[in-house]
Amino acid sequence: MALLEVENLQTHFRTPGGINRAVDGVSFHVNEGETLAIVGESGCGKSVTSMSLMRLIPEPPGRIAGAIRFAGRDLLQLPDREMRAIRGNDISMIFQEPMTSLNPVLTVGRQIRETLMMHQGLDKQAAEVRAIEMLTLVGIPEPKRRVREYPHQLSGGMRQRVMIAIALACNPKLLIADEPTTALDVTIQAQILKLMLDLKRRVGAAIILITHDLGVVAEIAERVMVMYAGRKVEEASVAELFRAPRHPYTQGLLGAVPRLGSSLSGASKRLAEIPGQVPDLRKPITGCVFAGRCPLVTDLCRQYAPGLEEKGPRHIAACHYAAKGAVAA
Amino acid sequence: MSPPLLQVNDLKKHFPVRAGLFGPRSERVYAVDGVSFEIERGETLSLVGESGCGKSTVGRAILRLFDVTAGQVILDGQRIDDASPSALRQMRRRVQVVFQDPFSSLNPRMRVRDILAEPIRNFGLAKSAADLDARVASLMDTVRLPREALNRRPHEFSGGQRQRIGIARALAAEPELIVCDEAVSALDVSVKAQIVNLLQDLQREFGLALLFISHDLAIVEHMTHRVAVMYLGKIVELAPKQEIFAAPSHPYTQALLSAVPLPEPGAARSPIILRGDVPSPINPPSGCRFHTRCPFAFDRCRIEEPQLRATGSDQWVACHLDEPPQGWRP
Repeated sequence: MALLEVENLQTHFRTPGGINRAVDGVSFHVNEGETLAIVGESGCGKSVTSMSLMRLIPEPPGRIAGAIRFAGRDLLQLPDREMRAIRGNDISMIFQEPMTSLNPVLTVGRQIRETLMMHQGLDKQAAEVRAIEMLTLVGIPEPKRRVREYPHQLSGGMRQRVMIAIALACNPKLLIADEPTTALDVTIQAQILKLMLDLKRRVGAAIILITHDLGVVAEIAERVMVMYAGRKVEEASVAELFRAPRHPYTQGLLGAVPRLGSSLSGASKRLAEIPGQVPDLRKPITGCVFAGRCPLVTDLCRQYAPGLEEKGPRHIAACHYAAKGAVAA
Repeated sequence: MSPPLLQVNDLKKHFPVRAGLFGPRSERVYAVDGVSFEIERGETLSLVGESGCGKSTVGRAILRLFDVTAGQVILDGQRIDDASPSALRQMRRRVQVVFQDPFSSLNPRMRVRDILAEPIRNFGLAKSAADLDARVASLMDTVRLPREALNRRPHEFSGGQRQRIGIARALAAEPELIVCDEAVSALDVSVKAQIVNLLQDLQREFGLALLFISHDLAIVEHMTHRVAVMYLGKIVELAPKQEIFAAPSHPYTQALLSAVPLPEPGAARSPIILRGDVPSPINPPSGCRFHTRCPFAFDRCRIEEPQLRATGSDQWVACHLDEPPQGWRP
């Protein structure tokens, strides 16, 4: 059975310009120990999806509908008190900017202890020992000194390690990582990605990785879901998606990223563009969400939204024209 | 042979910092500490490196957004760094800039028409009011925005469109060199591709030279002719793109390239994971500034600072590895 099952998730926001359908009918699942990547550009709803899973969307102006079943229980039906017991314990989260998600006036040790004392009922001494253990686990040198330091005394990479330490302190079953390496430099990103891979092997938590960087996806995810304008447009295993993307949007995304080393062989001189922009989510969209920018668009697409169909082995895409079967892109 | 369009000689920029909240300004940030390079007409030179390596400071020094601590910046044979205000004005026209964030670099109260007209008026490029209008309209065509949009204000545009306005504003002064300071870094993948293609088209069309400051190595490889890799205020390697990306010499360049995740699942790669973080530019390490993280560092690296030396026809590396012993003459 899947660890997390999301069914027809709809997260809408009331705005002065109308209802913003930030996430509009998204379903997916995550198995135990699995890494699922959610990919898409700004405004596609990937972060709102993750915030909805944790029920961190303020209501109002937001409204979450659908079902989020975690280990058999629907998180949307739980009273706040029970949800608090799950947050930071069974499901935890790391954010993009470690400077704004750590409390600047508390030592990092205190911030790690807090979650341990609250969820695991440890006393202060035991929590302190465990905090030092966690800092060691995430590769922070001199953990005994660092537990007494404040976030501003640490570098960006170290702060992100502290965030990971807090997130993993209670041995969560699911870790949601929202752009965990986007704010970091490449050499530090490489360190953090390696750390996440090592920890995944050791701790065994399932991961939902939210990112716009296809390189990071290829590096650590097993399955990918591509979002566009609040909908899921494609889902497949990582190998399958990069080998044979079916949705024109996914194909466009992959074509728009230059690959290191590609221009040296004298290959393509021009990047593929996706013309136009993301549609306004405050207006109802009839037909396919990608119709306005799609090279394959026809009247059919403008009138009828395509459903998610099986296009290959465990590979689904929402497109009227995407080829079925084993066609390489 | 005419001089290169831009020459930067041993540029230094140190910022004083206070020790403590009210303390004396006793310490200095060695943001840029002896950087030299040239840019030819119509060429793209990229400055790459991680946060705090000084790449943006170099760009700002060339624009003379502040006075430099030492060194020279020479545009077409004339020095920018000590130019008088009147001489500087003419040089400012020839060197323009596109910033990273199109949200904060455009005045929200101005219409696009006025944003584009300002540099044309400022540098007295239009002969008449009609000429001004024609120039503004043609700039919109150049960056592929509809002319109807001229009466709108920046907030009515998406990020990619705003960056097009920023580029049009830079082009309005008819520059020879544009400093692109992380000009595509804040944009989404599909929009980034549009802007990268636009910059390349414009370079061909107008023979522009670009100083492309970026941390995105894949985009750099796609755009650039030559690359300068910076680390803690110094250039550690300077070479044509082919050499940098196919056969990087400096251990830092090698680590930087190997750290980029490739969009190819299962790609056989073994990233060089560097130890620790970039040291502080207030107290940079002795000797080679990279020695604290370098996997190949030996005793000499900790004591003696390596100088940039030619290793190929146009390739320069600052590293003691493979360096001929001192006193050796070919």
